[in-house]
Amino acid sequence: MLKALENISAFYANPTRFMKLAARLHAPLWILASALLAYGLFRAWHVPEDYQQGETVKIMFVHVPAAWMALFGYSFIFFASVTALIFRHPLGHVAARAAAPVGAAFTLIALVTGSLWGQPMWGTWWVWDARLTSMLVLLFVYLGYIAIWQAIEEPTRAARTAALLAIVGFINVPIVKFSVDWWNTLHQPASVSRLARPALHADFLYPLLIMGAAFLALFLALTLTRMQMEILRQKLRVRRMSAN
Amino acid sequence: MSVFWAICRQHMVLAWRGGHTTLAVAFLFIGVTLMPFGLGPELALLQALAPGLLWVVLIMALLTSLDRLFQADYEDGSLDQMMLMPLPLELVVLGKLLGHYMALVLPLLLAVPLAGLLLNLAPAHLPMLLLAMLAGSPALVLLGGIGASLAVSVRRGGLLTVLLSLPFYVPVMIFGAGASQQALAGEIDETRLAILALLSLASLLAAPVAIAAALRNAVR
Repeated sequence: MLKALENISAFYANPTRFMKLAARLHAPLWILASALLAYGLFRAWHVPEDYQQGETVKIMFVHVPAAWMALFGYSFIFFASVTALIFRHPLGHVAARAAAPVGAAFTLIALVTGSLWGQPMWGTWWVWDARLTSMLVLLFVYLGYIAIWQAIEEPTRAARTAALLAIVGFINVPIVKFSVDWWNTLHQPASVSRLARPALHADFLYPLLIMGAAFLALFLALTLTRMQMEILRQKLRVRRMSAN
Repeated sequence: MSVFWAICRQHMVLAWRGGHTTLAVAFLFIGVTLMPFGLGPELALLQALAPGLLWVVLIMALLTSLDRLFQADYEDGSLDQMMLMPLPLELVVLGKLLGHYMALVLPLLLAVPLAGLLLNLAPAHLPMLLLAMLAGSPALVLLGGIGASLAVSVRRGGLLTVLLSLPFYVPVMIFGAGASQQALAGEIDETRLAILALLSLASLLAAPVAIAAALRNAVR
């Protein structure tokens, strides 16, 4: 099993082979993402109104999957960076770089929808709630990672520095989560308490899971497209340099 | 080992002579002086907020100093020389961080009681506040070093250093300010102090390795 995985990974270390595979995957992945998204949004639109939250409960179907993808995205960057830095797989850096703005966008979506949901529910746009705060810190981690790629001009140095940051930052994220949880239990005023959340009814659960799958497909489609762009950009760079 | 102390001493002397120590301490006092204008002169309010404010100002003063950790050595080539020394780069890094701690953080900690006085802290509050800062500040320098080393090859990387260090400072800030807040109640918060010490020890193990890797990568 492991051997097979090793062989596959070695096979696609060649960018040209990867580009062939990516070209074949590109359209199906986008079709899958669009179909899931359309179906998920349709299902989410037709859920019964929540007896406490009314229509606003529908925000959940965007908010929660976006938050999942924010965490998934950073884990993706971490594993891609480990593959690049330790196993020296050339696609690792490309994958990590491609995923970063996508993950950051999902983090921003989770924060904005959370804020829009918080306004009618908690009566304020922003609460220093433990989850919101750790998501905000995660956004800063994403921005720092993207900034490294932007700031360092020399590509291999930028790649290795970014990978190093991704790995150190990945260790930091659970520590932030732990400390923010701790902090919040002391500071949170009793008036702004989280609504007691009943176990999700199937009417809500299935649309949520479909939206989760849709966002995952969307994440992968966007990342794949950005990886293709990145490889083309690298090729262009080499051509330009050899033309001069 | 004498090389280690030489590096530590050199960093200290340069920080002192370059005026960085004065700048950091001045920054602390400017920050503290501005607080009453922003919050109002009411002494009870200032005292209630003082531990948190002092932590914020301490961290800000430290953040402004971080890009001086490795930047100059990188630009004038000293870093390349340091890599050729028989001393492992991790220890060179540790020596510089220790020098930075002694030249910047210790003077800041000495200034904190006076700054606290301006915010109406009583002398009885100070031991616990300083204990928390002593336990947490090594982590601040060590983790800030990670941000500084990652941004070292970026010209005018000051802002980038701050952006990279910020997420690492959140846990230290939470437990540090939390422990200091207990000082107002006259309590010793052993749990938070232990967590602060743990953060400092963990970063003592991890940071020099990460920093050395980032520096090697920048110089290559």
